[in-house]
Amino acid sequence: MENLQLVFPEIFLSLSIMFLLILGVFKKNSSKLIQNISLIILLITAVITFNETINVGEIKLFNSSVIVDYLSSFMKIIMLIAAFLALTISSNYLKTFKIFKIEYPILILSSVLGMMVMISSNDLIVFYMGLELQSLALYVLATFNRDNIKSSEAGLKYFVLSALSSGLLLYGCSLIYGFTGSTNFDLIASELNSNEYALTFGIVFILVGLAFKISAVPFHMWAPDVYEGSPTSVTLFFTIVPKIAALSVFIRFLYVPFLNLIEQWQMILVFLSIASMLFGAVAAIGQTNLKRLVAYSSISHVGYALAGLTTGTNDGIQSSVIYITIYVLMNLGLFSCLLMMKRNNEYYENIEDLSGLSKNHPMLSLSLLIILFSLAGIPPLAGFFAKFYIFKSVLEQSMYFLAIVGLLSTVVAAFYYLRLIKIIYFDKEKEKYDTDHSLWLKFSLTASTLLILIYFIFPSQLIEVVSRINII
Amino acid sequence: MNFPILSSLILLPTIGALFIFFTRSSEKNNNTVKYVALFTSFVNFFLSIYLWTLFDQTTSEFQFVEDRVWIENFINYKIGVDGISILFILLTTFITPLCILSINNSIKNRLSEFLIAVLIMESFMIGVFCSLDLVVFYLFFEAGLIPMFLIIGIWGGAKRVYSAFKFFLYTLLGSVLMLVAIISIYWITGTTDVVELYKIGIDVKYQNLLWLAFFSSFAVKTPMWPVHTWLPDAHVEAPTAGSVLLAAILLKMAGYGFIRFSLGLFPDASEVFTPLIYALSVIAIIFTSFIALMQEDMKKLIAYSSVAHMGFVTLGIFTLQQQGIEGSIIQMISHGLVSAALFLCVGVVYDRMHSRLIDTYGGIVSIIPKYSILFMLFTLAALGLPGTSGFVGEFLILMAAFKDNFLVAIIASFGVIIGAAYMLWLYKRVVFGKLINTDLKKMIDLNKSELFILSCLAIPTLFFGFYPEPLINTIEVSISDLIEMYNYKLVSKI
Repeated sequence: MENLQLVFPEIFLSLSIMFLLILGVFKKNSSKLIQNISLIILLITAVITFNETINVGEIKLFNSSVIVDYLSSFMKIIMLIAAFLALTISSNYLKTFKIFKIEYPILILSSVLGMMVMISSNDLIVFYMGLELQSLALYVLATFNRDNIKSSEAGLKYFVLSALSSGLLLYGCSLIYGFTGSTNFDLIASELNSNEYALTFGIVFILVGLAFKISAVPFHMWAPDVYEGSPTSVTLFFTIVPKIAALSVFIRFLYVPFLNLIEQWQMILVFLSIASMLFGAVAAIGQTNLKRLVAYSSISHVGYALAGLTTGTNDGIQSSVIYITIYVLMNLGLFSCLLMMKRNNEYYENIEDLSGLSKNHPMLSLSLLIILFSLAGIPPLAGFFAKFYIFKSVLEQSMYFLAIVGLLSTVVAAFYYLRLIKIIYFDKEKEKYDTDHSLWLKFSLTASTLLILIYFIFPSQLIEVVSRINII
Repeated sequence: MNFPILSSLILLPTIGALFIFFTRSSEKNNNTVKYVALFTSFVNFFLSIYLWTLFDQTTSEFQFVEDRVWIENFINYKIGVDGISILFILLTTFITPLCILSINNSIKNRLSEFLIAVLIMESFMIGVFCSLDLVVFYLFFEAGLIPMFLIIGIWGGAKRVYSAFKFFLYTLLGSVLMLVAIISIYWITGTTDVVELYKIGIDVKYQNLLWLAFFSSFAVKTPMWPVHTWLPDAHVEAPTAGSVLLAAILLKMAGYGFIRFSLGLFPDASEVFTPLIYALSVIAIIFTSFIALMQEDMKKLIAYSSVAHMGFVTLGIFTLQQQGIEGSIIQMISHGLVSAALFLCVGVVYDRMHSRLIDTYGGIVSIIPKYSILFMLFTLAALGLPGTSGFVGEFLILMAAFKDNFLVAIIASFGVIIGAAYMLWLYKRVVFGKLINTDLKKMIDLNKSELFILSCLAIPTLFFGFYPEPLINTIEVSISDLIEMYNYKLVSKI
């Protein structure tokens, strides 16, 4: 008998989703209720995950097609908390656009479920199932404001391109299956024969699919359009939650079956990383829409997170996990600010709308200042440490080129973050924005800003938590 | 001693800044916040004087060392002072209160934010001068960019945005390479602790590249020719208090870094690159002095003169002789006092006439005599007249340079002459001559606080000019031991 306790979080989440669907159908005007229940469900799932799986070491279930270890538990908890905050701070936004419907939280829950499956997968088929579950939910979410032409366009674009990448990914899976005779990561690892060049093709195809999901250059084209077109609350979800899942799949996929082929994928990953860092930094300079700018900035951040994975060491994995954690924190703060830029039932998302914000909203602009400097990676803020750990592990492997290019692109990236700060602090003020924000919105902004600000006082804590991740 | 005096020095201004932040200032309590800022910075000054009295001048060991684990098995929060750094800490804590005092009418809006920025800046700069761990040093070194960017950008002049960006991006670009070098040092030696690194040394084959990476950061910050162009822009656009901080303290971080890190950690590479530093220093001295001659904006002129003075400093450091390095440190302290005073002098007339152009002025000696006297004093100190602190530094540097390389010394001495020319010419055009611009007649002489600030700067300028012993005593042992260590490492090739 398998130990079902370990997949209890997933089981609980799927049962809850079904329950909520039924509830939504039978009870009229239940969107608020369902929203609240979903929030509670996310929290409970996080608690269950923490209780049941954080201390299990490494256990494989169902013919070792599902793995539960510290990495999966940690990533799941981070993801669930991020999803919880992303959902809770977006309710006002959804109400404003009259899209506060029962489907929204349910879709979020299903995509979270898909991602949990992805994170725990130890088998290509399980992994693909999780991936498609989360993608399907995300397509609908992107087009959730269906009366808005941009939102529909975003959803369609995302669907078409994502389907293409899923096709590539599946092709890669089939190649790997053909040459190793298995879809299980462990079996693949034992059957591996590095002389099979076609196997490399398989890896490349899967990497392309994954790079698409995590929006790494050159498979990033969908990101700016989708981020801009989707409702801001969905963009927030897009920027943080799927990245966590995709990164852990990256780790699992590269380090469990294919660690011995590191010479083959290392160069590809270095290229993805350098291209993302540079392109994200350069392309963001010309943007005028904040959500587009965030899209490019997240492309660039993904580049840094991938840089940690190029190293082939536990240190590298840990630094990537730290990076993505701090990245989630910073983006939560940034989007909380975006969701606060509301006046007369209208949300503003252009760069000029930030103009002179510091005169009317000193606290909001101070938080933005801290978040932006942190995104730019200026010490002593959290963003600096994130980059610092990455470069520490990269330089351990003497990959000087990657480190220097990465650091130089932080200088380029600093330019557009500075430009935002310039607009907030140096330019003429505009009308005031509303200040009646929900409590959760204020909480998430304050909490993320404070954490970013005082991270340097206790940097060891996060490292300690992450240092238990041990893949190799 | 258990009381963490250095950490208190670092923390105190930040606490003051937090206090101001939470008082939620409005236009009404502008005075209150200013008193809070003044109070904290003065307390900090007296604390640092107390530190100086406790300081043991007979040893080059680091004193008041605090060593706490910061990141397990990786970085320790380690701070401490020796003879070299204590003077810079004193300079910082001395200039900051004067800086705050000088804000009378020049900063009207968002005074409390300005004071917060200045105080946080002070924390960071003290941190730079006493950190004994490369990562901690980098942290403070870079963090200083944030408040300075805001000071230039929010309270600056017309072209403030351009200048703030230029300042930030130039320095950031220089510094990221230093970060690569610091992490590499960690992987090469297994530690980032400076004291430890002094002991074990760094393998010669890595030194050249590491030296260059540190150099890229320090050269921008010094600033050395040809990456000095951010400085005139930043100075001109920054508000007076910002210029003072920039010139008096920020520029010294690089000079300090050269002595502490480039010489201390990479002796072989320093030996290799000495000709490069000589060449760049001499070019900076001559070239920027000529540029300074041509300036029509007073602040710009002083900014270029700063570049020339820092050229002397780098020249002195890399002569690698007792007098040279002593001269450089005294030159830096003196430049901190004098350039601060000169920027304040410009600020005084700017507040009254709202013009920094030299043409606006002329013949003001009879209208504002007190100002003219003090301005005269600082002009003379800037050109290095005997009896002012400027002379001691330049003299020692040139003396060491003559021993080391005759040609370089001759050219540098020529720079002193041009220096005299542009400073005196500036003074002549502003203060003497016919009074043509009749608006000038309405100018009022120095008020009490301005007089107080400028006198505070004048006293040490003169005192150390006649009697530099206290400074030299403080740094002497540290420098001689540094040079000894340098030569020892050079010979034994570790």
